[in-house]
Amino acid sequence: MLTEVGTCPLLSVQPSRAQVDEKVQIVVMNLLPNQKVTLHSLHQSEDKDFWEAFGHYISDEYGTVTVAKDESLGGTYEGTEQMGLLWSMRPIPGSRPGLRLRKMNILTPIVIHISVYGGHLSQGFSQQTPLATSVTERWYVAPGVQRVNIRENGVRGTLFLPPGPGLYPGVLDLWGGGGGLVEYRSGLLASHGFASMALEYLGPEDLRTADVDVSYFEKAYQILQNHPKVQRDRMAMLGLSFGSAVTLSMAAYSKVIKPQCCVCISGSHVFPVDKSLFEVFEGMKKYIGRVQVNEENQVIHRNIILPIPSDPALKVDVGRIKCPLLLVNAGDDQNWASVESAEDMEMMMEKAGNRDLLTVLTYPGAGHLIEPPYSPHFRASNFILQGVKEKIVMLWGGQTKPHAYAQEDSWEKILAFLRKHLYFSSNFAVKAKL
Amino acid sequence: MYYFTAAFFNSKLRCVANLTILKQINRVDNLISLRSVSTQKRTCPLLSVQPVRGLLDEKFQIAVTNLPPNQKVTLHSLHQSDDKDFWEAFGHYVSDEHGSVTGFKDESLGGTYDGTEPMGLLWSMRPIPGSRHGLRIRKRDIFRPMEVRISVYSGHLSQGFSQQTPLTTRVIERWYVAPGVQRVNIREKGVRGTLFLPPGSGPYPGVLDLWGVGGDFVEYRSALLASHGFASMALEYLTPEDLSLEDTDASYFEKAYQILNNHPMVKKDHLAVLGLSLGSAITLSMASYSKVIKPQCCVCISGSHLMPVEKSLSELFELMKSHADKLCVNEDNQVILRNLILSLPCQSAKVDVGRIKCPLLLVNGDDDQTLPAVESAEDMAMMMEKAGNRHLLEILMYPDAGHLIEPPYSPHFRATNYKLEWTKEKIVMLWGGQTKPHAYAQEDAWKKILAFLWQHLSAPVSTVTSF
Repeated sequence: MLTEVGTCPLLSVQPSRAQVDEKVQIVVMNLLPNQKVTLHSLHQSEDKDFWEAFGHYISDEYGTVTVAKDESLGGTYEGTEQMGLLWSMRPIPGSRPGLRLRKMNILTPIVIHISVYGGHLSQGFSQQTPLATSVTERWYVAPGVQRVNIRENGVRGTLFLPPGPGLYPGVLDLWGGGGGLVEYRSGLLASHGFASMALEYLGPEDLRTADVDVSYFEKAYQILQNHPKVQRDRMAMLGLSFGSAVTLSMAAYSKVIKPQCCVCISGSHVFPVDKSLFEVFEGMKKYIGRVQVNEENQVIHRNIILPIPSDPALKVDVGRIKCPLLLVNAGDDQNWASVESAEDMEMMMEKAGNRDLLTVLTYPGAGHLIEPPYSPHFRASNFILQGVKEKIVMLWGGQTKPHAYAQEDSWEKILAFLRKHLYFSSNFAVKAKL
Repeated sequence: MYYFTAAFFNSKLRCVANLTILKQINRVDNLISLRSVSTQKRTCPLLSVQPVRGLLDEKFQIAVTNLPPNQKVTLHSLHQSDDKDFWEAFGHYVSDEHGSVTGFKDESLGGTYDGTEPMGLLWSMRPIPGSRHGLRIRKRDIFRPMEVRISVYSGHLSQGFSQQTPLTTRVIERWYVAPGVQRVNIREKGVRGTLFLPPGSGPYPGVLDLWGVGGDFVEYRSALLASHGFASMALEYLTPEDLSLEDTDASYFEKAYQILNNHPMVKKDHLAVLGLSLGSAITLSMASYSKVIKPQCCVCISGSHLMPVEKSLSELFELMKSHADKLCVNEDNQVILRNLILSLPCQSAKVDVGRIKCPLLLVNGDDDQTLPAVESAEDMAMMMEKAGNRHLLEILMYPDAGHLIEPPYSPHFRATNYKLEWTKEKIVMLWGGQTKPHAYAQEDAWKKILAFLWQHLSAPVSTVTSF
């Protein structure tokens, strides 16, 4: 008795429950040979918006489509892109403009419906019945990872601990000017064996920018360092955007914060954070005239630090940094002139003699928001400007495909960098007596 | 060679002071003064288990890296069951010249399993020393995963794991349901069961799932079948309270079958009946005699045609009670049921399998101590040969496997606590089987059962890539 081919396609998504930075294998079998199909992904965000992606495929002579090796002929991505159905997601037609996809409750998974449709469709997916559907989950936290609320000494954050007795290297995780408490990257870092603390330092009403200064970050660092499950001499700071400025400032000036290494994503050494945030923002306001708005009414923030000032008071003295430093920058960063900053930092460190500590990764075509792998790309999104409380549309930059590549590659390199300096470093060995 | 770092010592000293830890440090001190330790690059082994969240029948890849070369380590798994008992398994390994241990290609030199066994840490699990006797793992809340803690210990340990600090630990989850599977309570026309539906709009081929042993109602096999694309209904028919044995007769099973067949998300007349043990006996009876139950195929695991269920279950149990003197007990006080079944009156009481009209797959272990599954299968083959429907029969026979052929990688239980259905007596039932061949049987049988269902229900089943 022959199985009827073509009437019951089989769709397999493996693994069905994956970590956010893990690849999935999507395979469709039992189609007719050379059949046109559309692979489609659908996700409903916590904000209730729908996001989707799709690719047009033709099955081979066995009636099979293997996303990892076959080419998408069109859709929201094209070419051979194993994870295209994830990173090319965008809001469905008719959605509110300027949306951004960020998971706030990371103890539950991202749920995505993957479907196969007959023919090459580009719209109207909800009105069609798919040939097959599979549901897949993507998790920011590995099983056993613990989430700990930190409310100590005025410091606010969330600590994620890997499972097991410890001890673990600690990572202080800083987001950027958008503020709030964003936990997903720390959850992911804990899933890779780091005790990672996401720090809240901008946003909530009871944390005024006038109160957030160097001592706030130093207290946060110490809380992490003193935690019973954290190895106090294996610490790192990781910052994105404004969080990078904080990281560079602390690494250069703080007598308390002495990490084994630092990672700065899409950041700059201009506007050092050596006073309260309020004062830092006041200092930036002088250059507000350099901020542009394009014809789509999107705000381009990058020029605020261009040209890179020669006045040392306006820059973090990166020559004083004593630990390995990894810079991750986007070639099309429209928010901060991170590439130009990196060039300047390199010159400064060359002069100061610590250039060997610096590694710079620059990704052409990527935009400012370099997030964990396979996250969708937003060239621009709604944003609330600090201090002014004005709602604008911020241009981040980047083109989707190179941006997706940057997220995937940089994450691998960031993890390798952290492991190298926090797990494998030869600084800690002991020569024992015979 | 043992490598130590200042950080390792610091971490040990900072632990809550107790005798065990101090003893460890003293031992370590002695060791360190005897050996030289050069500046070393590796300080912390890395353990990776992929996927960390897998379906119950999915294989995982375990890899340990960043060990010193040729180091003795123990891979250990620990699970606390829904009944709060602890189960563990372990294997002894030696890292290669790169300091790695890779589960799917390296050999375990001893422990609860040996040889190259990528899934040994699951299927060789057994209760930890000091546990209550006769335990069995059964999952009750199948929407919550089974959590297993995988650890790497230094040296070749065989006990005392809880007193040692592992080099590294990961927690993995094993899920009974794929994402999107729905659970539907069935309470209709006196029929009680749980229907599991795959995600999507369907319709899907259906499976009537008859458990049959132990009395407790279990859903996990149906949940797993739904995760593979079948609308599977686990039928309750042995639970106490509102379901009496007198009422559990052929019409009960026929009503259940019709409820499934008529469900809007089930593909009409694309149904299979799958049974284990007593459930198999019921399956054979229905397939042979029922005018209502006409499945496209049947699967009988560890079953026998010597237990006809023509009238009600209570009659069958009366029959079993009347032959109680044939119940054997071995020197470990474990009950061997198979001989009782063999002694039941022949000819007239056998299910007339010559009347079966659909493909039939029998899955048996030849060390089945509970039912004479192998003998029954041989007799069934002869009967079907005579009747001219032998071509419908396929027999899978697994040497040294026992009665309880469960989903892949489930631990093996040679004997467990049991309450005999027909006397309510608490005994220890001998199921049979040896662990390694039983594990092989579970893994191989499941693959073949899914393929068989797919083939005859004309619909694809989502296979697991590791197969």
